[in-house]
Amino acid sequence: MTHILLRHRDIPEIKKMEVYRKNGGFEAFKKVVTSMKPGAVTDVVKASGLRGRGGAGFPTGLKWSFMDNSNWPHYVVANADESEPGTFKDREIMESNPFQFLEGVAISAFAVGANTAYVYLRGEFWQLAAFLDDCIEEMEKADLLGKKLFGTEYELKLYTHLGAGAYICGEETALLESMEGKRGQPRLRPPYPPSFGLYGKPTVVNNVETLTNVPMILTKGADWYKALGTADSAGVKLFSLSGRVNKPGNYELPFGTTFRHLIYECGGGIINDHPVKAIMAAGASSSIIKVDDKVLDTPMDYASVSKLGADLGSASVIVIDDTVSIEWVISKTVEFFKHESCGKCTPCREGNYWMKHLIERMEAGEAVEANTELLLSVAKQMQNKCLCALGEFATMAVVSGIERFPDDFTASSIGGGHD
Amino acid sequence: MSLTEKYPQEVEKILAKYPPEHKRSAVMPLLYLAQRVEGYATRAAMQEIADLLEITITDVASIIGFYTLFHDKKEGHYRMQVCTDVSCAMRGADKFLHELCDNLHVKVGETTEDGLVTIEEVKCLAGCDKAPLFQIQGENGIEYHENITVDKTLELIEALRKSGKEVK
Repeated sequence: MTHILLRHRDIPEIKKMEVYRKNGGFEAFKKVVTSMKPGAVTDVVKASGLRGRGGAGFPTGLKWSFMDNSNWPHYVVANADESEPGTFKDREIMESNPFQFLEGVAISAFAVGANTAYVYLRGEFWQLAAFLDDCIEEMEKADLLGKKLFGTEYELKLYTHLGAGAYICGEETALLESMEGKRGQPRLRPPYPPSFGLYGKPTVVNNVETLTNVPMILTKGADWYKALGTADSAGVKLFSLSGRVNKPGNYELPFGTTFRHLIYECGGGIINDHPVKAIMAAGASSSIIKVDDKVLDTPMDYASVSKLGADLGSASVIVIDDTVSIEWVISKTVEFFKHESCGKCTPCREGNYWMKHLIERMEAGEAVEANTELLLSVAKQMQNKCLCALGEFATMAVVSGIERFPDDFTASSIGGGHD
Repeated sequence: MSLTEKYPQEVEKILAKYPPEHKRSAVMPLLYLAQRVEGYATRAAMQEIADLLEITITDVASIIGFYTLFHDKKEGHYRMQVCTDVSCAMRGADKFLHELCDNLHVKVGETTEDGLVTIEEVKCLAGCDKAPLFQIQGENGIEYHENITVDKTLELIEALRKSGKEVK
């Protein structure tokens, strides 16, 4: 299959401006600016069925159409804060196919009438931000950014902005707070960013992978894109495969590919041929799926994974084999969310603290069964009460892990760790 | 020397990124600039940033406190930050971190005797397929080292030591 997102795997030098342009680069941007109305661009993206790739899966074109046209200026912010354990796809796109991503940012800016767009990168992507700054400078020199683009009245400026190590800034309203120079704490929603975003102005926040799809959708058409993937999950997806597989990495596949194909054909199977015990399909925020043959043959699309009592989310597939204790897995995920909780709302701040504390007690061998029960109860009490998704995320592995793998939470199995 | 004296062009470039009425947005890039020399933001730098952006020094301090890549204390010249989250740990990250610490005779969070390197445990670095991995935060920003071993890391530390950086 020819890649749509990871095109550097077919065209190794595509990170160079001239190579990108030789392969049709910036033709879509030129086409939309010179021959289309902004609303028509949004309509094409709507018709393509493209949904947000950051995890929530919200229809992209619909999000763009929510922009409040009575309040200006408008902004576009690309969310490059990729920080969840198991997720490493946006980084590869930006490192290896940067111009297609930036063209996607530019097209979305035109579609919503924005003249300024920012790329918010997590602080750890320091070198990547410097690289993107160079790419942006090249675009400016080639008159692909700036004033009177392609001889029209449209103008666009693009900037990078570095975060500084806070997972919560991937939540779009926390990201906007951070961009405004404040602590990255989520806002109460609604209002959503398309009506009240950066500096209180209408703002579209889209994930890197989402935006990287956009140029080809405009070039090849909505129907072409829609024909890839499945009915509810159009197009291709980057699957970040990690954990106990032989060949971890990013794999670009149509939605609807099975877990078995991803793990065995792409990932080369499990280390030392152990059986798969469990899968987390959406990174550390996933419910843990107990694996059998039926699960392995499940197509990876939003609807099918949801039938397994989990979410596909950002498609960050963490593979767990029989050498790994699920109790150990949740001790890791809880530790992560406890550290990353922003502290704004009580259920998340206190809930994560107590979940961590209870796991420590269990691991010390203190009243394992009673503390497991208490842990499950704390997790369930956090659900539906947190200000943003982070608090919710923290409970997913805990609840599913305890309910689906009770044998890993007994006095004799506790502290099983991993191979 | 103040930031505006030392890095006039950079400060100007940072401020130009944001609408003038929202210059507070520059607080994070300015803090990175402030950390370039000492590895942490001094009180004087915090005050200067506050004055530049017309916010209080408490606002600036709250940003340092919230984000893990900002520091208000001097530690090692380099901060070596190892990810030990779930995917990385399944590929030996915990073991790597502890063996590295043993070899350097430090505990997690401590600095080598010569003040060169502080070893820290951090959350996900978006490199789960290339574990064990760490980033080094130093005077030139942040650099990733992936698919790393303890031996290779010790060699790297030795090379940093020999590069003649004045530490302490």
